[in-house]
This record gives sequence, C-alpha cells and structure tokens, in this order.
Amino acid sequence: MPPHPFRNVAVVGVHNTAQARHLAGHDSASIALLGALGALADAGISPHDVDGVVGPASAEIALELGLGPCTRRPSALGIPSVLDAAALIATGQCDVVVVAAGGAGIHIDPSTTAPWTRPTNELVVGFGLFTAAEFALMARRHMLTYGTTPEQLAAVAATIRTNGHVNPEAVYYGRGPFSVDDILASRMIADPFHLLDCATTSEGGCGIVLVSAERTIDSPSPLWILGGASDSFGPAYAVAPVWDFRPQPDADTAGRVGARAARRAFSMAGLTPADVDVAELYDPFSFEVIRQLETFGFCGDGEGGSFVEDGNIGPNGSLPVTTDGGTMSFSHPGINAQQLQRVVRAAQQLRGSCLTNQVEEAEVSLCSNGGAGALFCDVILLGRERP
Amino acid sequence: MTLLQPQPRGIPVPRPSVHSEKYWEGSRQHQLLYQRCAACGHIGLRAFTVCARCLATSPVWERSTGAGALYSWTVVWRPPDPSFKVPYAPAVVRLDEGVWMLSAVIGCEPGELHDGMRLAVQFHAISEEITLPYFAPPGR
Ligand SMILES: [Zn+2]
Repeated sequence: MPPHPFRNVAVVGVHNTAQARHLAGHDSASIALLGALGALADAGISPHDVDGVVGPASAEIALELGLGPCTRRPSALGIPSVLDAAALIATGQCDVVVVAAGGAGIHIDPSTTAPWTRPTNELVVGFGLFTAAEFALMARRHMLTYGTTPEQLAAVAATIRTNGHVNPEAVYYGRGPFSVDDILASRMIADPFHLLDCATTSEGGCGIVLVSAERTIDSPSPLWILGGASDSFGPAYAVAPVWDFRPQPDADTAGRVGARAARRAFSMAGLTPADVDVAELYDPFSFEVIRQLETFGFCGDGEGGSFVEDGNIGPNGSLPVTTDGGTMSFSHPGINAQQLQRVVRAAQQLRGSCLTNQVEEAEVSLCSNGGAGALFCDVILLGRERP
Repeated sequence: MTLLQPQPRGIPVPRPSVHSEKYWEGSRQHQLLYQRCAACGHIGLRAFTVCARCLATSPVWERSTGAGALYSWTVVWRPPDPSFKVPYAPAVVRLDEGVWMLSAVIGCEPGELHDGMRLAVQFHAISEEITLPYFAPPGR
C-alpha cells in the first residue's frame, strides 16, 4: 500500500482569539493576524519560521510578519484551506504553514442580517432569500419526506447552545441552559427556523499551524490529518436550493452534499463513522446537523431526527457534536473563521485540552463545513495516531 | 388573516447578466421563459451556455405555461433587509415543464401552503426594468 498522503504533515498549533459581539479596534485582517500569531505561539514556533500562509488575509499576514518570500494561498474556505496547507507540505512546497482567518467590523448595520447572509445574485435577491431561508428550503423537503419535526430540529439547537452556555470562551457563555421548549418559544425567523435554530454573528479570529513531520520533535502532541475531501454542486445562493437536484441521472442529490466527501475522507483514513469519537459539525442552522449525521453515515437516511432526539449528540452521548457551542453560541465571525474553528475545536478535543465538554480519550474527530443550503460540504478527519 | 403579497417597490433589484437578459425581458412582458437544450431537452437551474448532460452548446428559450406545483417553501418573519414586508414565502416551484423555479408564493395564507399545491405564475413589477414572477393558487 502506498503511504498515506498526509503521513508527513502534522497539526501542531491551534488558537482562537477572543471572540465577542464586537472587537473594538480590529478589522478582519488584524484579527486573523492575531489568530495566526496565537497558533504559532501555541506551537512554539517563531513566526519567522513560517514559509506558507493560507487564508483570506494571507497577503496581509505575510507583509505584517515580514515572511516574504513565502507561499500565499488566499483561500476563502475553511476545511479546504487546511487541506491545501497540508498539500503544500506533503508536496514539499513548504515546511511550516499557518492557516488563519478572522472577521471583524463587517456586520455594522443592525437593521439587516449579516452581509454574508445576504446574497445579491439575480435569481434570489428579489425574493428576499438569505441563508436562513435557503437552508429552510432544504429542511422543508426533509420534513416532508421523513416526518422530521420542529422539536427534533430544536433538540440540535438546545444541545449546541447548551454546549456554548457552559463554555467560558463562547460569546454566548452563560446564556442557557436551553431546552427544546426554549428554542421553540423563540421568535420565528424563516419557518421552520426559530431565532435560536440559527447561527449568531460575532467577531473573532483563529489560526492553525501545520508542519512537516520532521519538525514535530519539538511538539508534545502533534495531531494528524487522517482524511479529507470536499463536495460542491455549484455556486451558493445563486440558484434554487433543490434537495432532489441531480446534475446527472445517476448522481447523488444536492440534499446529500457531503456524502461523497465523507466516503472519500473515511476511505483515505481507513476508518468508518463508528471510529469517530467526537464530531465538530458545522451548525449554521439546526437542521443541517441532522442532515450531516445522515449524509456522513452516522445514521440512516431519515433517521437523523430520532438520532438527535434520543440524546446521542449531547456531551455524554454516543457521538458528542459541536462541543464548543459552534456558530450558534461559541462564535460566528464570518470570513471563513467560523469554519476553521471546527478544526480548532477538534484539535483541542484530541489533545484533551478543552475547558468544557472534553470527550475522554478522544482519538478521532470528524469536522465539517458548509451545508445543503449552500450546495457545498467539506469533511476532515483528525486523529492522534500518525497515519 | 395574513395574506401573502408581492413585495412593494424599494426592495433590492436583480441585475440581469448577459445570459439572463432575455429571461428578464420575458418577465417584463409577463412571459415566463426558461432554457432547454435543443439537442437533448435538458433543463438547468439557470440559463446556460453548455448543456450539463449532453454538452451541446445550443440552449433555446422556451415559454412556460406558468403552471406548476409547490415543492418547498419557508415563511420569513425576519427579512435580510428592512425593505421587505413580512411575512413572505420564498419557495421552490416545480413547473409542469420540469423547471425548478426559485420564487415566492402569494395570494394565500401561510397556513395554506402544502406539498404539491397547484400554483400559477403572476407577474409584479418592482422597478421600471424588473418584473418578478411570483406564484399564486390558480384564480387568486
Ligand atoms: Zn443537452
């Protein structure tokens, strides 16, 4: 068998900056820079050893830290940017890569939803579509097809928001705990999503440091990329989000975006869903977690609702999910940071360094990004054992 | 009683592209147009230059009867922008010709919306240049 493609790539540093509704004095590039510096400090690596920067602010970070000449990848996606960084190392283009992102000073008009939720594409803008409505159009089909209920959606939101309630680093720390009834009692945003079924908005940054395996001698607990892949059906928020859309007669449906990515990621890792100890799933809207659990193979199609209702995704369940509070409670800074933060949390779980909801002896974590309403979904598997 | 209605003028207005000018021109004349591949009949999610199925480069514009069925919907109470009047009901409508349309349902109450509900196109202008194709229960 050929060696694992990421055998020589290790994750050695992760960091979240302070997260808050508003971080005075910052813009997206400056808070991303703090995310990068924090991750490098966590790794015990001098910024001047970095020879690759990945993320929306990569050019600014290269200039600020005086890294030139270095590799730059202005990737605007979360998990794919980590996989790109890993590929830079695996192919010998770089030895020390920092992936960073941050959002600040963007959502400044409280009369509107956050700018990144308001696509201006010609076929959607006139009908008042925004991310909550796009994801609701996918959720509705699942509810019609499988009988998934608002209570089951609310069970996801209650679990994740309560995870954030106990996390002192979460923007919405101490705001709960939340019951299913609390979620259902919040005002309706885009049926079936109540306010508390939806992601929040906030500001913050984060960073992740990847190095070639030779450099892990200095690292007390290197982590490894066991597998990863991405699925897309096209541009997000530009065309109708149709659950049953198949580009080709034999293709999987858009409602199952991420199924192929998960299959490929598990195949690369030589693992199955049963091997995953903790799933740091992307949670833009409560339903999306139910969909991902089915799509990634943690339960069967149509079984996601009862899976979450039966308590499986709680911190003491069979598959703890989004243990820091996710985009619903931990933070949602936009500009890609909230997607990278799933990977940051997975790394903290595998190191055993979580302040709250630490999953005992976690060996393997799956993280996801995106969702059906956006027609893309990315998957990465991290582990403690070198592949 | 909460009758779903077309949006007033003042909402964000779509900007046609070189590929969609004809679609918006049709809408202005109260004709619902869509593209079909002349070679194999395939219909995409929007105007295209290459057929995703047979790769032919011969899309042709067709006129829909404007009749279809409700496939999915949401009822929005918190709009992305304060110019939208709530509630409104973004929806995916499956036209009888097989086209997936993103639109909004009007002319009924939110509680009436159901899977497979029969709908017919209704045009409402939101600016001098742009008329939107909404969908309502036939005869309303
Ligand atoms: Zn064709």
